[in-house]
Amino acid sequence: MSGQTRVYKCRGIVKGSASGEAIVSRDAMCFYLCDPETGEVIERNHSIQGKSIAGKVLVLKSGKGSSVVQVDGFYQLWVKGNLPAAIILKDTEPVIVSSAVITSSTMVDRMEADPFEAIEDGDYVEVDADAGEVRVKRGESIDEK
Amino acid sequence: MKLSDEERRTLDGESGVGAQKAMELLVALGKTFDAERLIGVRKAHVALSGQEGDTYWCELLVNGGAKCAVPPTTNPCWDVDGLTKVYDVTTYERDLALRTIDVYRRIGAKLTFCCTPGLGTNVPFFGENVAFSESSATPYVNSVIGARSNRESSISALAAAVIGKTPLYGYHLDENRRGEMLIDVEAEMKDSYDWGILGYCTGAIAGARNPVLRFKKPVRPSQEDFLYFGAEAATSGAVAMYHMVGLTPEAPTLNAAFGNRQAPAPESVITDKDLSETEQKLSASTGPINLVMLGCPHYTYDQILQIERYMNGRRVHSDVAFWVLAAADAAELASRSHVRSRLERLGVYIVPDTCIDEPCWKSFEGGLGVTDSPKCAYYRERRGQPFAIRRLADCVEAAVLGRIGR
Repeated sequence: MSGQTRVYKCRGIVKGSASGEAIVSRDAMCFYLCDPETGEVIERNHSIQGKSIAGKVLVLKSGKGSSVVQVDGFYQLWVKGNLPAAIILKDTEPVIVSSAVITSSTMVDRMEADPFEAIEDGDYVEVDADAGEVRVKRGESIDEK
Repeated sequence: MKLSDEERRTLDGESGVGAQKAMELLVALGKTFDAERLIGVRKAHVALSGQEGDTYWCELLVNGGAKCAVPPTTNPCWDVDGLTKVYDVTTYERDLALRTIDVYRRIGAKLTFCCTPGLGTNVPFFGENVAFSESSATPYVNSVIGARSNRESSISALAAAVIGKTPLYGYHLDENRRGEMLIDVEAEMKDSYDWGILGYCTGAIAGARNPVLRFKKPVRPSQEDFLYFGAEAATSGAVAMYHMVGLTPEAPTLNAAFGNRQAPAPESVITDKDLSETEQKLSASTGPINLVMLGCPHYTYDQILQIERYMNGRRVHSDVAFWVLAAADAAELASRSHVRSRLERLGVYIVPDTCIDEPCWKSFEGGLGVTDSPKCAYYRERRGQPFAIRRLADCVEAAVLGRIGR
């Protein structure tokens, strides 16, 4: 497996391409419950509480919560440079799409494989919204198991 | 997505950069959700907040020459004149609030500063297509009134108000208004608080789906009960519409809630035990308090009367501030009926136009607050104030005693 890259088709929502370490959130997120200074998720009882999303490829169930603070959450992370490099969405909803559009955050959905099956924390992931492709390289630490 | 010639010209920038930005967002959303075209709206509600994110967007549109084709009602910011007399904020925080109010004034919004438009300031009719942001307002107008709105963000609702149109997808279409899952409710609904906790449980199960609730015990929800339910379902999840069998207008029967198709087996059963477990999980805090904060969503006149009944002439403890964030019409009615002045003599203060999540409340941070709203507690967490969540009667007792027990 080591070094092998798997390629999946997807749909681009907000254009651009970016890559980084994957972080997987099976819970929906409200980005306002992130610390804008660090990108750390501060929501209690959240599956990725205490982890940072800054600069990572975030594999995300969906958006949730307020229709305004979600936008401000994105905005604050944007101006501090702590947004995820790209977001792969499982369930697409309008508030998170709006937030990504105004902050020009690369976002894709409709990945041909279930992103929660195909991607794990620590994988190296390239997201190309323009080509409609997600490329996944399994992280070294996972290969050693 | 098909655009008319006029819409195309707006997208190309012929109506100015502001309208172009607004149209770009509507088209991006339309493409994402496979909308065939745009449809006209005559009502919109924007979740103005006094936060930098949405103020940035409104300024971007206004500075590009945009003006609302449909004047939208607005969410609260905070009562700058009133509250700066009592509490300290930084110059930046004060100026951000004034800048926000000014930019929404310039874009042509109706400055209602109220998060419950469906109860009075902006009431759509059954079947009307609208663009409502504010996560508690959208489920209310969809579910309780039967109007048709997607889960708009503050920025997409403003874009819709500027253009006077919204993409035709999602809850504007019959086929997407059908229930997607069934929840049986065995729990007893005593007051609005229980409806809020039920909403919180429902949102966690439903996520972004359209849940159908079937009650095993007889219930007769008030508008506040519906509001509390929807606000919490849109906090723990992204619920923009729900059905309650025999209660909401598009669900006269179980099968009707599912678009006249066979209902699925219940995915979940919510009991009294589930409600009390959710309550425990949300709210473990006990001890001395410095604040009782009610009105997320905004309190109605009837709820203000309820506070007076529970206070029963007693005074608020000297260590505690008691604030009721109310719709402006409710605050005005409370003044006219003298309830407001009677409550003030007991130490209970009503403020209109104001949201819980604003810098004016920061002097309470570090201490424990009490509220009847899980949504209030959830959003205040980022600002460093933990809240105990209790039903209204217990919030009032805590205000009098100066502390909250289990």
